Amino acid sequence: MINTWLAATIVAIVAGTVGFFAVLRRSAFAAHALPQGAFAGAACASLLGLSTILGLFVFSIIGAILIALLGRRGRHDAVTALTLVLMLSLGALFLSFSVEYAPEIYSLLFGEILGVSRSDLLPITILGAVSVLATIALYRPLLLSSVISDAAEARGLNTRRLELCFLLVMALAISATVPVVGTFLVFSLMIAPAGSARILTANPLGALGLSILIALATVWASIAAAYQTNWPVGFYVGTIGAAGYILARTRQAWRSAVFKANTAQ
Amino acid sequence: MSVTPKLSVTGLQAGYGDVRVLWDVSLTAAAGELVCIIGSNGAGKTTLLRVILGLQPSSGGIVLVNGRPRGRGNAAIGYVPQKVLIDPDMPLRARDLVALGLDGQRPGIPLPSRRRRALVEEMLSAVDATDFADARVGNLSGGELQRVLIAHALISRPKLLLLDEPLANLDIRSEQEVVELIARIAREQQLAVLISAHDMNPLLQVMDRIVYLAAGRAASGTVGEVVRSDVLSSLYGSHVDVLHVHDRVVVVAGRATDSSDTDDGGSAQHENLDFVRLS
Amino acid sequence: MTGQLFEPGFFTNDAVQTALLVGAVVAVISACVGIFTVIRSQAFTGETLGDLGTTGGSASYLLGVSNPLWGFATAALIGAGLIELLGVRRRPDRDLATGIVLGAGLGLAALFLYLDTTSSSTTGVSITILFGSLFVFNTATLPALIALGAVALALIAVSYRMLLLSSISPELAAARGIPVRLVGAAYLVALALAVALAAVTIGAVLSTALLIGPPATALRLTKRPGLAMLTAAATGVLATWLGILLAYDSYYWPPVQHGWPVSFLIVAVIFAFYVLAQLPVLRRRTDRRAPVAATTNP
Repeated sequence: MINTWLAATIVAIVAGTVGFFAVLRRSAFAAHALPQGAFAGAACASLLGLSTILGLFVFSIIGAILIALLGRRGRHDAVTALTLVLMLSLGALFLSFSVEYAPEIYSLLFGEILGVSRSDLLPITILGAVSVLATIALYRPLLLSSVISDAAEARGLNTRRLELCFLLVMALAISATVPVVGTFLVFSLMIAPAGSARILTANPLGALGLSILIALATVWASIAAAYQTNWPVGFYVGTIGAAGYILARTRQAWRSAVFKANTAQ
Repeated sequence: MSVTPKLSVTGLQAGYGDVRVLWDVSLTAAAGELVCIIGSNGAGKTTLLRVILGLQPSSGGIVLVNGRPRGRGNAAIGYVPQKVLIDPDMPLRARDLVALGLDGQRPGIPLPSRRRRALVEEMLSAVDATDFADARVGNLSGGELQRVLIAHALISRPKLLLLDEPLANLDIRSEQEVVELIARIAREQQLAVLISAHDMNPLLQVMDRIVYLAAGRAASGTVGEVVRSDVLSSLYGSHVDVLHVHDRVVVVAGRATDSSDTDDGGSAQHENLDFVRLS
Repeated sequence: MTGQLFEPGFFTNDAVQTALLVGAVVAVISACVGIFTVIRSQAFTGETLGDLGTTGGSASYLLGVSNPLWGFATAALIGAGLIELLGVRRRPDRDLATGIVLGAGLGLAALFLYLDTTSSSTTGVSITILFGSLFVFNTATLPALIALGAVALALIAVSYRMLLLSSISPELAAARGIPVRLVGAAYLVALALAVALAAVTIGAVLSTALLIGPPATALRLTKRPGLAMLTAAATGVLATWLGILLAYDSYYWPPVQHGWPVSFLIVAVIFAFYVLAQLPVLRRRTDRRAPVAATTNP
């Protein structure tokens, strides 16, 4: 059980950090699409008797490179969607080959609180640590290129390479977080806390920290609730995430209504 | 006068794929000089700026910054781009954007430092942005954002400042404020400033020289030298009238005729020359 | 492995015949609606509605409705309504809000599927909902399927010109007096229905392939919307039939001798067609600007 809490904490920090930039760079779609590709990898690995995390890792990286290669802003919707649906269906194929068809799919897609074993903890920690450190290292360039990409280019930043780097970091983060939260809902953990945090504060570093805190709260609450009710972790992650976002939006609307009322006097 | 101009462009050619936008464009800008690049939409103003910045390759010609060939990511050039769309929810305050101008391309998280904070404050007050320093950049008005972007470009102490259509989408008052701001800064910091615009009138009072772009070529010199019927007619390849109405200039051009009337080669762009607006 | 193209019994098998019919109907409808999805760059919305179908399908099973079509349709329609309500103009804000709604929906789906599994002690339900049920399609629902499909097609047919113009340039459409918001809403309903139909054949999470694969392929080959629609429909039907054929043939294929999933095969063929369509076009690189590109669209 300690393993689960540890893994959950790591997952939250990773999702909160990487998610902050995913939202900043408007990569909600990639954050949803990449894990689906990872699903195929996990299914393939399970078929071959290898570690699921390895499968997640390899296919996430491949997916990230594909998106970066095929991506031209705005035009890569259809291509990304198609490629990743293909990966997902590959996952279905692989799983159809194995004897334990559906339960595997289920825990891969929606998360499994007891699914984190001792041996999983180490790769999750390493992948997670690398992705967080890489994100911190890329903090300023990512921020600058997200706001004014032209000026960033003029300063010598190679925005295409930056995009690829960030996608790779996302791939790492996904391989670390999927075992706990599942491929379907990892993106919710990435974008909901970050989405809420950025509404609550205008300070970028503050928003990053808040994103991590909200992710931690979400994951801990989800695990505790899942443990109590036996219902899947993913359910709580998705609903708590959405609830948090709605609360943040409400607070924002309230504050601006109050502000308008004050200035109108 | 043997001071090296901050910027020197000679015989520049550039375009996209098969479409040639700029043919033989030459201009210089010296410290403290305010040079305006004027042309209608599609004339190649943005292309010219992007080539100077190194964002786009040229197919011929030389660009020298501070006497040396322009390398990528030249720290001596400050750039204020044209269209910057920012989410209203983006967690970035005006002061953060300005701070990014200092070291945005370096990795890592900025460590809090008094020097950094002081520099940012100084820059913010130089552009009169102290009042909204803590507001979200996504919530700023056009004029306010423009000033913050200028501060962002200036904080790294460039020698050359490029502004791509800084007056587009601004109301008249903001327009005047921004023009005065730019002129003041150019004088105080002895910067070479390049501003692109499609209407020269708001800038007539402050510009030292004009680079008039049309039909892929440029005529550069003072306003008195360039903005004349004979010069512009030869530039456009068809008859152009220059009218002076009070203290404003109006350039009236007809439609470009077919290529047999102009001898600038088959693939030169023909523009539909509309009435240059009277502000 | 007999190695024939049409394995024995293909044309007389009832399940196959139903599959061919249902598959074709769904492919045509998905293609007609999907053309606009691609033009409007709304693949994410389509994907979201498909995934939300998982929620609906699993919920409907819990309520004792064994055919997931109604669950898919209801969930997709509710999702479309929510997205329309959130009605955010700007694309990135919309993507974020859509993603968060999706997260909640999928969370619910996780719960329902869990409850489905424990209540029925089988996992077949999950598979049906996620990856389709083309070969076990209940013919009793065929009329409902066709009816919903007809509604979707009617919506598209009635608003065709307005939809086309407002997809390419909302400002121009508004200037011409077209009720852009209303047309967009009608389109979203058609999208929800098309997605629900596609979910029945290849599953909620894969439905996007039918929705945007053939249209994206067609738009690579031609820029004329009418012709693209026909091409997309033809491509979709061809891909579906090919997938069904392969699935039937795969019964004897390694490694497990019980057939490859038809949904995978259909998606694979769709993808293959898309890739093929890229090849000749690569040589005609004259026009860099995308003529049918969408601008900002709700």
